[in-house]
Amino acid sequence: MKSSSIQTRFGRRWFLGAGATLLAVAALPMRVLAAAMRPDSTFTATAVDAVINDLGGNAVDSDMIELEVPPISDNAANVPVVVNSKLPNTTKIAILVEKNPNPLSAIFYIPEGTIAFAETKLKVAQTGLVYAIVEADGKLYKKSMETKVTLGGCGG
Amino acid sequence: MAGRMRIRAKMSEEGVVDVKALMRHPMETGQRKDAEGNPIPAHFITEVVAMLGDRELVRAHWGASISQNPTLAFRFTGANEGDQIDFSYVDNKGEKGSGTVKIKAG
Amino acid sequence: MKKLIATILVGSVLSVGVIADDWDDDNPAIFFSEDGADMWLEPQGPNEVSLEECDLGLGAGVVEGAYAQLPRYFEDTGKVMDLEARLVHCMVTLQGRDADEITAHPYSLSGETGTEIEALSTWIAEQSLDMPIQPPQDHDAEKAAYTLGEKLFYYRAGTHDFGCSTCHRQSNTRIRLQELANLTTADGAGAAYGSYPAYRVTQGVVRSMGWRMRDCARQQRLPEMQLGSEASVALQVYMAVNADGAPMTAPTMKR
Repeated sequence: MKSSSIQTRFGRRWFLGAGATLLAVAALPMRVLAAAMRPDSTFTATAVDAVINDLGGNAVDSDMIELEVPPISDNAANVPVVVNSKLPNTTKIAILVEKNPNPLSAIFYIPEGTIAFAETKLKVAQTGLVYAIVEADGKLYKKSMETKVTLGGCGG
Repeated sequence: MAGRMRIRAKMSEEGVVDVKALMRHPMETGQRKDAEGNPIPAHFITEVVAMLGDRELVRAHWGASISQNPTLAFRFTGANEGDQIDFSYVDNKGEKGSGTVKIKAG
Repeated sequence: MKKLIATILVGSVLSVGVIADDWDDDNPAIFFSEDGADMWLEPQGPNEVSLEECDLGLGAGVVEGAYAQLPRYFEDTGKVMDLEARLVHCMVTLQGRDADEITAHPYSLSGETGTEIEALSTWIAEQSLDMPIQPPQDHDAEKAAYTLGEKLFYYRAGTHDFGCSTCHRQSNTRIRLQELANLTTADGAGAAYGSYPAYRVTQGVVRSMGWRMRDCARQQRLPEMQLGSEASVALQVYMAVNADGAPMTAPTMKR
């Protein structure tokens, strides 16, 4: 069995010969939906207003929501979004992409002990607003930012 | 190929654990076509959960507009170095994926 | 595709590496690299043999540093070969597989999530991470490949009178938001050559240098450039030699 270690960009990696087993990725029981059911119809809604309505309606603008998206990217399939809610008792963070066929991209449920922060990557169909809709103390708040998307080099 | 994850969890001196997961998943919207012009069926993660033992750290409901091979990052407190975080997800086809990581100081 | 899935399932059990969890980027190339590492060890073909004895230029089974010293001349084939041509050669000679079958579908098509060549290229290139790009220029054939590569670089053809040089012979230009590397300079060639294979976000898979050559030819409206062809290899030699020892950074993440 050969064994050698190589420093790679992803960290130290050890190579073992065939037959060695990796720490098995345990098949973990899925904690099935003890919490909120996925609101499937909200995910297929086609308008921002309809989504906000489903989420609770009447979202008030708030500067206590930090929303980061790049102002422009050549890479509309992988737009990073970061939301940090300073609103006390934040329980949900939803991310909407205005000009997507189905604006609702994600809902993050924030339990106690977890910071009201979420980060992921979005597909953005065209230049438009990205919204963070935050539920805190049972009320809805919103923040939006524009992100421009363009094609990169050779259209592919 | 779907089902694989890479996760890191680093705890700061102030005890905030920064967690980031990278998941291998096509996150297919259902709106694309393959080389022959046939529609590629929708195949995307619908729900992700991260647990610390019995404690739910975060749950996310996702749509198809989350990127292919997506990342998810969140932060929490009230854990110790060496504690294990368990991630699991399910997609619209009912396929599951999971991953696990131990919190490191960092 | 089924074989690929079977390979991954097998691989995830007798997997090659215990990977430290101190990574710090979001590059999905890591999954492809892991697959490639597994595939290297996977017995395949009528001979039921792995690729472990494949000679990538530094001796049978030596992977570390091999990519940074390709393309190069190989005695056993009498040709200058790039990584992909060499992999196909090993698949045929060691594993007994059919060359046409392998090269019929070497790169992922729309909606596909990774091929064997893509995964192997990713892992193998990663074993040259940070090493200087130094393809040998000792053998006459290697020097001739550079000369041919340079000639092809400047050769304009096709319906649009395009050549590689059209886009890549000058600095500080771009197409929309995409910077165009000046491949005639060490900096430009080094950054470009060293950054492949790369996870292409818009493609959702890792793309190799062989794919890049083929796709550039496609975008120039030139005939399809074949994997490991004299033209593809010559152009890679041209870039790699121009890189003049710049470090490998692959696998990277690109648009």
